[in-house]
Amino acid sequence: MTTKDIKLDHVSIRFGAFTAVDNAHLTIKGGEFFSFLGPSGCGKTTLLRCVSGFTEPSEGTVSIGGKDMRGVGPNKRPTALIFQNLALFPLMSVAENIAFPLEVRGVGRKERRKKADELLDMIALPGVGDKKVHELSGGQRQRVAIARALAVEPDILLLDEPLSALDLKLRHHMRTELRAIQQRVGLTFIYITHDQGEALTMSDRIAVMNAGVIEQIGDPETIYNKPKTAFVASFVGETNAISGKVTSQSDGIVSVQTPLGVLKGTAAGGRHYKAGDECFVFVRPEQLGLVGAPGAIQSMDNQLTVQAVKEEFEGNARHLFLNAQGQDLRLSRTNLGGVSDHLAGQAVQVGFAADQAIVLPHGSLAGA
Amino acid sequence: MGVLQQGLSAFTRKHGLGVACFIGLSVFVWVVFLIVLPQLSMLDFSFRYNLPRAEVGGPADVYTLDNYAYFFQGNDGTFNALDIGILVKTMVAAVIVTVIDIAICYPIAFILAHSATGVAARLMVIGLIVPFWVNEILRAFAFRVLFGATGLVNSIGLSAGFWDVPIDFIRADVALYSGLVYAYILLMIFPIFNAVEALDRNQIEAARDMGASWWRVHWRVVLPIAKPGIVSGATMVFMLTAGALAAPQILGGPSNLWFTQLIYQWFNESANWQRGSAYAVVLLVVCISFVMMLMRVFKVSIGEIGR
Repeated sequence: MTTKDIKLDHVSIRFGAFTAVDNAHLTIKGGEFFSFLGPSGCGKTTLLRCVSGFTEPSEGTVSIGGKDMRGVGPNKRPTALIFQNLALFPLMSVAENIAFPLEVRGVGRKERRKKADELLDMIALPGVGDKKVHELSGGQRQRVAIARALAVEPDILLLDEPLSALDLKLRHHMRTELRAIQQRVGLTFIYITHDQGEALTMSDRIAVMNAGVIEQIGDPETIYNKPKTAFVASFVGETNAISGKVTSQSDGIVSVQTPLGVLKGTAAGGRHYKAGDECFVFVRPEQLGLVGAPGAIQSMDNQLTVQAVKEEFEGNARHLFLNAQGQDLRLSRTNLGGVSDHLAGQAVQVGFAADQAIVLPHGSLAGA
Repeated sequence: MGVLQQGLSAFTRKHGLGVACFIGLSVFVWVVFLIVLPQLSMLDFSFRYNLPRAEVGGPADVYTLDNYAYFFQGNDGTFNALDIGILVKTMVAAVIVTVIDIAICYPIAFILAHSATGVAARLMVIGLIVPFWVNEILRAFAFRVLFGATGLVNSIGLSAGFWDVPIDFIRADVALYSGLVYAYILLMIFPIFNAVEALDRNQIEAARDMGASWWRVHWRVVLPIAKPGIVSGATMVFMLTAGALAAPQILGGPSNLWFTQLIYQWFNESANWQRGSAYAVVLLVVCISFVMMLMRVFKVSIGEIGR
């Protein structure tokens, strides 16, 4: 197994006056499944094209395995890029597609076919080599694109939102599949997505990007449970953001004056706040509970009386939309069977524990 | 027949009776009066003797293969090397013109479809189309001026010292080939452009990423997509070049006769419409057979050309 670290050293990419990527500085370890997660237009695809060699950084360096990649073309880098729309060649057979990189390298026809068949076995699609690409299903094409990228045994596979064209079921299936392939071949995968579910389920580590800036890098649990910025908290997963001003802090528990009264939350990352600091209190819908409900959260440091506006049933969960003095809140409960308690239109008591709420300084929130 | 009827009634329901009648009538007029009947009368002509007006419709006015026999055997019943030679030369020249057009237009169409953007692309298209506002005869004469003994090309070549004596581009058929190549350039560019435009840019990048050279990217990825466009353009350019009259008349060298000029001579100078028709039919049949043969060689169906 070849392990080659990818180092982005203060990389900025500008197009004219527009900064697509601003000072990205990180190291991706060899063999890692690393995701760049962010809304469209955040610069993640530009960054990927920079690693693959289609775009050169305006500042900083990209190095792979300690080697500076400036001036090295995409075909000379140990990377293979899988495009968002896969870019399979429609007029070639599946086997020809997979073997195209070998054809380029002058490998003989027989050997190409043998290698293509091997790769088809690996992606669990034996015997489709002579089919045309359009005869395959979306998921099969996906796997063919991966096989084609793996044909020349690259060290790093770059994937640009490859699952976005698939339907939901298939997308979920391909998550597992991609992760399994990555672990089987032991390559570095760099994965671009705007779908937090994909990033959270597959990645070893995630970099969350917003407007060209990497806001946070961490493993999925850290990203979800301990967001460092308001953007990360609001982009990854559902959350309720309540704006307010810090009144006091003691032992990592911050008291915040909000329109809903004083709320207590945890200062993220051991941060220290001064009285008067503008901040958000973030509470995830699943951490918000009904007071007095069976199995409710025991220690509700914060309790609010709110108006239930409507209820939404999503199969595995019930979502309750609440209104508290003009502030919209959302509460989610796992569906354990039984019937709805028809709370819509009633005043209800809700609450959450201080150690499950996160207090973060003001910053841009992800667009709803 | 049932399918046709179904199609017709569906069309009428969708667009109304008026539109259906208009379309039906105009297609009928176009096909029957402008295409089928004139060609049939040409065909009819080609099998008749060239008789004085008084004898037309008389007992001497019978069908004959005489005109075709003349093309193959000449006056003396041997091999008509002159006329057949001219036909072969015309076909070869038309093939050469078509090949040159492909070579010139493929890159232009590719750049137009994939590299040029916004203003640059629009300027390119305008630059391609506007010169064709100048009519064909004038353009042909302009080429004659350009390539004449004292023309622009010779004066530049002479003053720059590339050659010492004026080159006779007209006799060398350079003017003729240039004129013909230029005359049908649009008919080649736009079908190729149409085909290549459908190509997803990512496929080119993917091929590049996998290490393919530009040459291979074009050979394996772009050309297969462009093929129907190339064939469609090539058939048009070939047919029109083989059937061109003005350009060969004006730009052709003194020793070089185009087959259409031969047909023209039969019609106008010898006043023998029957023989002219036979020659025209020969040209048509040879051209169509040649194109069909090439389509089979390059494995392109007629349906693909229509796209």
